[in-house]
Amino acid sequence: MSSNPAAVRRLGRFAVRAVLVLGGVVSLLPFLWMATAATHSTADLFHSPPPLLPGGQLLDNLARLQESIGFGRVLFNSLGIAVVHTAVSSLVSAMCGYGLAKYRFRGRGVLLAAVLATMMIPFQVLLVPLFQMMASLGWIDSYQAVILPFLANSFGILLMRQAFVGFTDELIESARIDGCGELRTFYRVVLPCVRPQLGALVTFTFTAAWNSFIWPLLMLNTEDKYTVPVALNTLTGLSRVDYSGLMLGSLLATLPLMALFLLFQRQFVAGLLSGAVKG
Amino acid sequence: MTAVNTHERSVAPACAPGTVRRPRRRGHLSGWIFAGPAAALFALFFAYPLGASLLQSFTTEDAGAVHWVGLDQYQRMLHDPAFIQSLLNTGLILVVQVPVMIGLALVLAALLNQSWLRFRGTWRALHFLPAVTTLVAYAVVFQVLLKTDNGLVNQILGAVGISPVDWLNDPTWARISLILTLTWRWTGYNAVILLAGLQSIGKEQYEAAALDGAGTFTTYTRVILPQLRPVILFCAVTSTIGTLQLFDENYVLTRGGPDNATLTPVVYLYKVGFQQFDFGYAAAIAWVVVALIAAISALQYLAFGRERRR
Repeated sequence: MSSNPAAVRRLGRFAVRAVLVLGGVVSLLPFLWMATAATHSTADLFHSPPPLLPGGQLLDNLARLQESIGFGRVLFNSLGIAVVHTAVSSLVSAMCGYGLAKYRFRGRGVLLAAVLATMMIPFQVLLVPLFQMMASLGWIDSYQAVILPFLANSFGILLMRQAFVGFTDELIESARIDGCGELRTFYRVVLPCVRPQLGALVTFTFTAAWNSFIWPLLMLNTEDKYTVPVALNTLTGLSRVDYSGLMLGSLLATLPLMALFLLFQRQFVAGLLSGAVKG
Repeated sequence: MTAVNTHERSVAPACAPGTVRRPRRRGHLSGWIFAGPAAALFALFFAYPLGASLLQSFTTEDAGAVHWVGLDQYQRMLHDPAFIQSLLNTGLILVVQVPVMIGLALVLAALLNQSWLRFRGTWRALHFLPAVTTLVAYAVVFQVLLKTDNGLVNQILGAVGISPVDWLNDPTWARISLILTLTWRWTGYNAVILLAGLQSIGKEQYEAAALDGAGTFTTYTRVILPQLRPVILFCAVTSTIGTLQLFDENYVLTRGGPDNATLTPVVYLYKVGFQQFDFGYAAAIAWVVVALIAAISALQYLAFGRERRR
């Protein structure tokens, strides 16, 4: 059968493409169905045969979603929390990474060890004491309780430290000679040079903040403060589940991440891989 | 001590070229300006609760009063069927889902690495797409896809003559549903990581193996896979850690049910801590999860990491 190598190779290539197409269909199907389902009524979703083309119920579903859980507000909450979290956390990580890479200060070794330790210890261990801490501060059901505890991100710190270790000291030094203070040197000279790594850090942090579920679930208990994952979870727990509204909500929850991925694909994947290369 | 170091600034510009002061020699104060915010956050929201949680795991709370109970909370787990069930469920995912997923991801990565393949970036993005879905949203979508009465999956099965499956209400099928859901989301993610590993292996190695008369399969098993070992190990360790911390997917999909069939230690911890408010026991469960993650990761390193090159 291997008498004709060209034919065998063609067959092999066909098989490779066939497997990729199959995998692609499996990957895409839930998305396509989610988008289709968001435009139909719940009754249509479970109709036999199922709807394959977009329907005309999108606005009705949106109105119902808005009425049942105030989805506009929920989206706004999620976006606000994720943006604030990402901005502050990225800045804190970049600063700490720079400090660890470029300064030798007392306690540096301890801090580095602590950063590594936080990476190995699952955050679930902290749930109970953090919950009690937030309760005693009277912060339950507040946004600062959602954002503050997880701002320091060890993954981000190590990523940025790695970025700064290879950074030439000459550039920093010449900025100082020009009379730049330490902080100004950092913002004006150093930070713009590590844009790619910063991009990876920002996409990674935003994704984590947008996906965050168990902590906001514990912290937030009034509906108009919910984040998207918490609101979706609430919808699944109702006695009569509004499935098409749920699909629309899931679609809206996924769109920001998908946009981020399509726009910043390289940084997105780099954020993931920076862990792998070090592994 | 810091006062002296801050004065270095005024001296630095006077240095002759060639003896340029290395910035890392600068003072404690400057270093702490940059590292301080993160350090304060870690102390407040990591170190303190970590210590509190360890202490808490040796206590019990009774009508507001805290009592020291030694290892009682840990001993409780040995006789707690729900906790043991959660470990067994996790073990099943570790033994079945993680290897299957990494195997699939390896195949996918090898296919995506074919140099003759056109639009490789698009193919890669397509297979990576599931990893971009919001965690809770994809669990919700699968809940609807897997609905027993006229859910899309059962309708597709019905079209080829298979009777409806009670995906989320039957203990065995619920476990299978969870495994399928996890595999759907994370296979492409791992494939992209493995692909990056494959791309660091030079083309000449494939050619050399082919010259030596090795077939495609032998080339992969004998030449490529051994070099990919560190990346595979990374995928295995992160997947194991993710499995031991599993919460979002099974909490949304089945709430850990039916009959605790998809209960995981973290979902159980959540129920014990925040539905029964048994904080001491929840803390003890959390520390067992920590110990398991440390032990299993160490085992994986010992088993697969030993022949690591470089």
